[in-house]
Amino acid sequence: MPSQIEGSLAVARTVARCRPQVVCAYPITPQTHIVEALSRMVAAGELAPCEFVNVESEFAAMSVAIGASATGARVYTATASQGLLYMAEALFNASGLGLPIVMTVANRAIGAPINIWNDHSDAMALRDCGWVQLYATDNQEAADMHVQAFRLAQECSLPVMVCMDGFVLTHAVEPLEVAEQQDVDAYLPPFVARQALDPSAPATIGAMVGPEAFTEVRYLAHAKQMDALDAIPGLAAEFERRFDRASGGLLGGYRCEDARTVIVALGSVFGTLQDVVDERRADGRTVGVLAIKSFRPFPLAELRAALADAGQVIVLERAFAVGVGGIVSADVHAALAGLRVPIHTVVAGLGGRAVTRRSLHAMLDQAHAGSLPELHFLDLNTQLVERELARMREGTSPGPHAENILRELGIVAAGPV
Amino acid sequence: MTHFYQTGTFAVGNRLLDEDAASVQADPARANSITKGHRACQGCGEALGARYALDAALRASGGQLIAANATGCLEVFSTPFPESSWRLPWIHSLFANAPAVATGIAAALRAQGRTDIRVVGQGGDGGTVDIGLACLSGMFERGDDVLYICYDNEAYMNTGVQRSAATPPAARTATTEPLGTHPGNAFGQGKNLPLIAMAHELPYVATATVAELRDLERKVERAMQLHGARYLHVLVPCPLGWGSATADTINIARLAKESGLFPVFEAEDGRVVRVSPIRRQVPVEDYLRRQKRYAHLFAGAGRPDVIAQLQASADRNIARFGLLADGGEEPAERDIGLLDVLATSERGAQ
Repeated sequence: MPSQIEGSLAVARTVARCRPQVVCAYPITPQTHIVEALSRMVAAGELAPCEFVNVESEFAAMSVAIGASATGARVYTATASQGLLYMAEALFNASGLGLPIVMTVANRAIGAPINIWNDHSDAMALRDCGWVQLYATDNQEAADMHVQAFRLAQECSLPVMVCMDGFVLTHAVEPLEVAEQQDVDAYLPPFVARQALDPSAPATIGAMVGPEAFTEVRYLAHAKQMDALDAIPGLAAEFERRFDRASGGLLGGYRCEDARTVIVALGSVFGTLQDVVDERRADGRTVGVLAIKSFRPFPLAELRAALADAGQVIVLERAFAVGVGGIVSADVHAALAGLRVPIHTVVAGLGGRAVTRRSLHAMLDQAHAGSLPELHFLDLNTQLVERELARMREGTSPGPHAENILRELGIVAAGPV
Repeated sequence: MTHFYQTGTFAVGNRLLDEDAASVQADPARANSITKGHRACQGCGEALGARYALDAALRASGGQLIAANATGCLEVFSTPFPESSWRLPWIHSLFANAPAVATGIAAALRAQGRTDIRVVGQGGDGGTVDIGLACLSGMFERGDDVLYICYDNEAYMNTGVQRSAATPPAARTATTEPLGTHPGNAFGQGKNLPLIAMAHELPYVATATVAELRDLERKVERAMQLHGARYLHVLVPCPLGWGSATADTINIARLAKESGLFPVFEAEDGRVVRVSPIRRQVPVEDYLRRQKRYAHLFAGAGRPDVIAQLQASADRNIARFGLLADGGEEPAERDIGLLDVLATSERGAQ
C-alpha cells in the first residue's frame, strides 16, 4: 500500500527495515532528512538494537563505519557533495578492507563555487574508490535499491553507495511503497561478517602490504566487483519476485529496441527523458533512453549489447571531467569499441540547473540534423562565458568569475562589471 | 606463548621482589599482546610503552580487548604482512582516524551486547595531536567507551623525523633545522594534549613515561576500571629521532620527568588529582645533553639563552603541578583545576 511520503523518509524507513546495528551521521544538505528520520527511529526504540552515532565530520562518519563494520555490525551512513569528498580517504580504506558498508549519496554539486543543488560531480569524483555505485532513477527505486545494496554488500564483501539525486529525489513527496519487514527479512539474511575483530579469534586487519602482494590484493578488489556485476541482475530479479515490482539491476531501457538514437543517462533525469522519448516517437522519431543503474561495476558487455544497433548514442552527463569532457562517456566508448557508433557527450543539469524537455528536444533536433558536437554543454549561456573570457584577456585582475557572471545576470547588485 | 627472555625468573629486579610485587612482565602467563619479531629500532621507547600498556589493558579486561591503531611507527614495525606481532584483535585503518575507528568498534559491541569486550585506540604524537585531533576530540566529547593511548616521541619518526605539534622548542628535526641563529623548533604555545583532554572533563587523563613501567601499568589498570573516553599520554624516547644512545631510552625518559620538562600526573573529571613528584631534580641541561637533537645548543659558545628558556618552561611545569612539594617516591595527592594549571605563569615558578 503506497503512502504519500518524502523520498528521504522512504529511504530511511527502508534502511531501518534492513536492521542496521550502527548508523553514523554528519549533517550535509541534501541527505539530512534521511539520518534525521533514522535518529528518531533509534531514539524511539523502533530501530533496535542500533547505535546512532553523531560524529564530528564525514571523515569520522566513515571511520566509525569502518570500525563498526570490522567488528561484525551491519552499518549504514549517508552523505553528499563536499561530505563525500571529505571522507575520500576513508572510502578507499573501507573498500580496500572489503567492509560491506552501505551509504546513501544524495548527489550534489562540488564547489567552488559552492552550490547545494543536484548534479553528479560528487559520486563521479569518487568513481574509482572501489565502492559499488548504484544510481536510482526514481524514489521507489532509491528506497528499494537499499535492500538490494545491503544484500549485495554482504554477499560480495564490498561497500555499496546508493546514489540518489539531491532534492529532485530526496525532497520529493510522492506515493511510495516501503518494503515490508517480513519481506526484507526474507530477502536479506542476518549479517555474518567475513572478518571480524573478535578476542576469541584475534586477527590483524589492515596490515601493511608491500610490492610482493599489493597487485594481487588490488586485483581481488576488481574480482569482487566482477562478482557484483554477476550478482546484481539476480538480486534484482529475486527482489522483483518477492516485492512484486522491478527495481535496480544493471541497466534500465525504455523503448530502446528499435531506437536509432539512444540517450544514455544516470539518475532521475531518466523520467524526463522517457517523456521526451514518447514525444519524439509520436513524431515518428525512433528514440530510446537507457539508464545505467550500476556505474561501478560498469556493465560493459550489457551496454554493448544494448547499444550495438543504435545509429548514434548521446551520453547525458550530470558531471564532467574538466580538461577532457565526459566521464560516463569514456566508459561508453570502451563498451562500444570497434562498433563505429557515433557517441556524443552532453553535459547537462550542473549545480541544479533544470534539464527541461524543451532543451532535450533542441538537443535531439541537433542530433538528427547531424550538428550535435562531440562535446556539448546543454543550455550554456555562451555570450556570458565569452564576455568573461574577454575580461580575462583584457584585464590583469578581473576578479572572481562567479561574482562577475552573477553581476552580469543582475543577481548581485554590486555595480557595473 | 611464553619466552624465556620475557619471563625468566632470574631477571634482575624480579628475583629481588615478592611474587605479588613483581612486574606483570615476569608472569609466565603474561598477556604478551605484542610479541617478538617486530621491526622496531633497538631501544625503541614506543615498542616498550605499547607492550606494557596493552599487556596491562589485556590483563585488566580479562583478555577481552580490541585495539585500533593509527598509521605510524607502531603500525609499520608491528605488521609487515603476513607477519603480525599482535596477539589481540587489531585494526589499522588510516593515520587520522584511529579514535573514530575505536568509536565504531565500541558502538558495534554495544549493539551486539558485547560490552564485556573493551576497546583501546592508540597512535603516535602525529596521529594524535596533529592529524587525528578532530577525531580524538569528537570521541572525547561523545564520551565513547574507549581508552586512547598516545605514544609521544615528539616528532614524525615514521617519515624521517619531521616536526609535529608535540615537538618541543629548540629541538632539531628534519623540518626544523637549527641553521644560523635559528634555535631549531620555534618557541610557541605548544599543544598540550593532556590538558586539552582535561578540558573535555574526561573521567581519567594521565601521563606516564617508559621510565616508570609499573606506574604506566597502574594507570592503564586505573583507566580500564572506568568507562567512557579516557586518555593516556606516554612519553616514549626515540633513539633515532632524538639522537640518543639506544641503551639510554629509560634514562632519558626519567630525566624528562626529573627535570620537570614532562610532568607525570593523573587527572579525573578535569582536575589534577595526583602527581609523581620529582625525586631528585636535575637541570634541563642534563636531559638535553644526551640528545643530538639539542646538540646545537652546546656547540661552540653554546646557546645558554635558549637553555634558560627551556629551564623556565620546566620550572613552570614544576610550579603548575606542584612537582617538588613532597619529594617522596609515591604519587602525591593534588587538587588542581585546569584553569589553575593554565594560570600558573613563569613568574609563579620563581
